[in-house]
Amino acid sequence: MLRSRVIPCLLVHNKGLVKTVKFKDPKYVGDPINAVKIFNEKEVDELIVLDIDSSVNGNEPNYQMIEHLANESRMPLCYGGGIKTAEQAQRIIKLGVEKIAISSEAILNPAILIEIADIIGRQSVVVVLDVKKSLFGSYDIYINNGKKKIKKNLFEFISELESIGIGELVINSIDNDGVMKGYDLSLIEKVRDRVNVPLTVLGGAGTSDDILNLIEKYKIIGASAGSLFVFKGIYKAVLINYLPELALNKIRKISKI
Amino acid sequence: MIGIIDYGSGNIQAIKNIYKKLKVECKFVSQPEQLNGVNKIILPGVGAFDEAMSQLNKSGMREVLDLMVIDKQVPVLGVCVGMQIMASSSDEGKLDGLGWFDAKVKLFDENTIKHKPKLPHMGWNEIQVKSEHSILNLIDKEKGFYFLHSFYFQCNDKNDVLAEAYYGDIFHCAINKKNIFGFQFHPEKSHSNGIKLFKNFAEL
Repeated sequence: MLRSRVIPCLLVHNKGLVKTVKFKDPKYVGDPINAVKIFNEKEVDELIVLDIDSSVNGNEPNYQMIEHLANESRMPLCYGGGIKTAEQAQRIIKLGVEKIAISSEAILNPAILIEIADIIGRQSVVVVLDVKKSLFGSYDIYINNGKKKIKKNLFEFISELESIGIGELVINSIDNDGVMKGYDLSLIEKVRDRVNVPLTVLGGAGTSDDILNLIEKYKIIGASAGSLFVFKGIYKAVLINYLPELALNKIRKISKI
Repeated sequence: MIGIIDYGSGNIQAIKNIYKKLKVECKFVSQPEQLNGVNKIILPGVGAFDEAMSQLNKSGMREVLDLMVIDKQVPVLGVCVGMQIMASSSDEGKLDGLGWFDAKVKLFDENTIKHKPKLPHMGWNEIQVKSEHSILNLIDKEKGFYFLHSFYFQCNDKNDVLAEAYYGDIFHCAINKKNIFGFQFHPEKSHSNGIKLFKNFAEL
């Protein structure tokens, strides 16, 4: 049967690899290409690379970097950052990327998703939603690296995405980013109820068990993490790593049930 | 010399990198005359069916490909949409396919998929081999391959099926007829299993 995907998520800032906490304080953790090479050796399920500068600065995606990443990657690659048009999406797919992630533009102008899907196929269109809990316990959608709140109801918007037709939804918890204390399970539960497309969750995973518990509960889900796969130990020493073999075997067993 | 058809449909560099590592000669082919000296062909693919067919039609290579594959029986390997366009038609598009297989490409029926997520079929799935062939030598079937698609290949002739996979229902994920091979999954993004397939193809 189909297995859950365990997906390192890498952030690119000033051409280097960084890791943030609650979308702030980017800490340099190395070189993106080097990380891809290590993940190749570890036979990682899939990889997400997000350029956190492009959208905010209004830059074109860095095609040279994307091409380099795609060339090196022997696992499926999802790229996000600065994509606003179908032409840009198509160009990135042609560079050898399997999926493109789109956030700000998808939120501000959802019709673009239809245009993109017509050219690259719906299966390659990934929408990333950065969300934060409000004081009242509901969830708000943010753009511009968590700086700008959007007046849209999260769950209504997810239903809208579902009816437009996308390939995958990534829900990223701003509150839990870099905190490594576990996923926001109540958020995941609510989102999962409302989508039929593949769901990938990001933000908060601090141990293999966080990922295993998630997969045990949902059977087929994308479990993504940043800090867990770039840091090691309580002092957060930089070390690109992946789930231990034991945990990977458990995931394979779960998918047999 | 392996020719990787470059008709604007992704992932070609990843395949070239694998062959470079394996020390197997290969090159990109974007014009008919570049097919001179090519004795094996890879037809890659990412994207929508009609987009792939219209790009291939526009490339000017279609006639030569038909000649090489059908008349001269040059081994050819289609990947993902590169496999799907080997069928006669697809539910995804209006254009005719290459028609190299008696097969149709259909949309998965969401009603048969009992779990969430439904579509697309995305991720690592195991395969069941239906017919032994050297192209599948040393493959770890349980580890499987990376899939990313909502449309699946259905052979009308069961003899064309090399391997099946399960997603809501059984579908044909690896196909073969004489010199023609097709994989629905992405061997270029399936780590060691994928590298073995490309090596096996080179050694045919």
